[in-house]
Amino acid sequence: MAETAGEKKEYWRWQENCWIDESKNWRDAKIITAGIDVGSVSSQAVIVCDGGLYGFNSMRTGNNSPDSAKNAINGVLEKSGMKLEDIHYVVGTGYGRVNVPFAHKAITEIACHARGANYMGGSQIRTILDMGGQDCKAIHCDEKGKVTNFLMNDKCAAGTGRGMEVIADLMQIPIAELGPRSFDVDEEPPAVSSTCVVFAKSEALALLKAGYSKNKVIAAYCQAMAERVVSLLERIGVEKEFFITGGIAKNPGVVKRIERLLGLQAVQTKYDSQIAGALGAALFGYTLVQKQGVPNKAAA
Amino acid sequence: MIANYGYKDGSGEYYISIDTDKCIVCEAGRACLGACPKGMFEIISDDYDDEVAAVKQQFRRSLAFDCAQCKPAGGYTTLPCVSACTPGAIKHSW
Ligand code: SF4
Ligand code: SF4
Repeated sequence: MAETAGEKKEYWRWQENCWIDESKNWRDAKIITAGIDVGSVSSQAVIVCDGGLYGFNSMRTGNNSPDSAKNAINGVLEKSGMKLEDIHYVVGTGYGRVNVPFAHKAITEIACHARGANYMGGSQIRTILDMGGQDCKAIHCDEKGKVTNFLMNDKCAAGTGRGMEVIADLMQIPIAELGPRSFDVDEEPPAVSSTCVVFAKSEALALLKAGYSKNKVIAAYCQAMAERVVSLLERIGVEKEFFITGGIAKNPGVVKRIERLLGLQAVQTKYDSQIAGALGAALFGYTLVQKQGVPNKAAA
Repeated sequence: MIANYGYKDGSGEYYISIDTDKCIVCEAGRACLGACPKGMFEIISDDYDDEVAAVKQQFRRSLAFDCAQCKPAGGYTTLPCVSACTPGAIKHSW
């Protein structure tokens, strides 16, 4: 669609996604649990029926955590015909986890990502890299998805989804195209030298002025992101199998460069990489209901 | 579980690692809590409902600055937190 005068195109805007498994009937489930991941950039709601993924909604986080949580769950409730009261247990996670009004319990995103990755990638997953909206986590887990070692960088937005959104806007290229275009270069450029999003922005502009094509600047930025997260991973070490969660897992420009630096391929999944935290939260809820039974009343 | 609190920036890597398996059966009477002059440690109930030590949120992005008084230039030859934790759960990366 052509851009009209005064209308600002949102190059950073990524695809929101709502899905339910049409082959399942949630009314047949004995235990229904939900996980709500309210992150700084995106929010997800996942519904699990008897320990299996039933549906999810992934959308941009709104002005506040309670509304973001409600909007996320409402999307999947509407699509399935389920009501909030039909859900036996809700676990909140993410930076807004304590502000999910209908949650029975809050669990950190570190534990939830490990649990979600264990479901999505299999019990052989030992190292998880979560590249979220404004932070980045390196996690080791055991065969049950229990965390054994973790490290989190939330000090700056470099190596995160927000950093990529900034570059999409700066280059005026839709965010989903950044990864593929980063490979459309004559030769691989060196990484931009700064790991700070603010300085990377001015460095990118300087490179454009110096004659770099947009694709080459994107390649240099993807390489910088990859180098940054790999240095985070190296602090705890990478054990096979390796799995990537979060929005940037959808950007092949960063993922392929991480794999190249590590000399290791990330395990592929058929699931949406952004739902790992919420899925893990819902699975924690399932285990809690199995152990403790259904709470008397929904927290809502 | 090894919990790493801290960050890496242009000046270096600043992480405090806590082996929380040792905290579950702490044989030092939670000595980390009183040993740190800045009160940087707290006992939390983690995601698996174990009572373990953690670095308080407000210190996690400024460790290089907050621990400066205990590092060699500050006069300590050993770190109060590391010495007090006799099970050896606490390690500094710098
Ligand atoms: S850090 Fe050391 S002293 Fe503190 S609770 Fe853990 S084992 Fe005990
Ligand atoms: S080095 Fe000093 S200030 Fe830093 S955590 Fe240990 S006791 Fe506290």
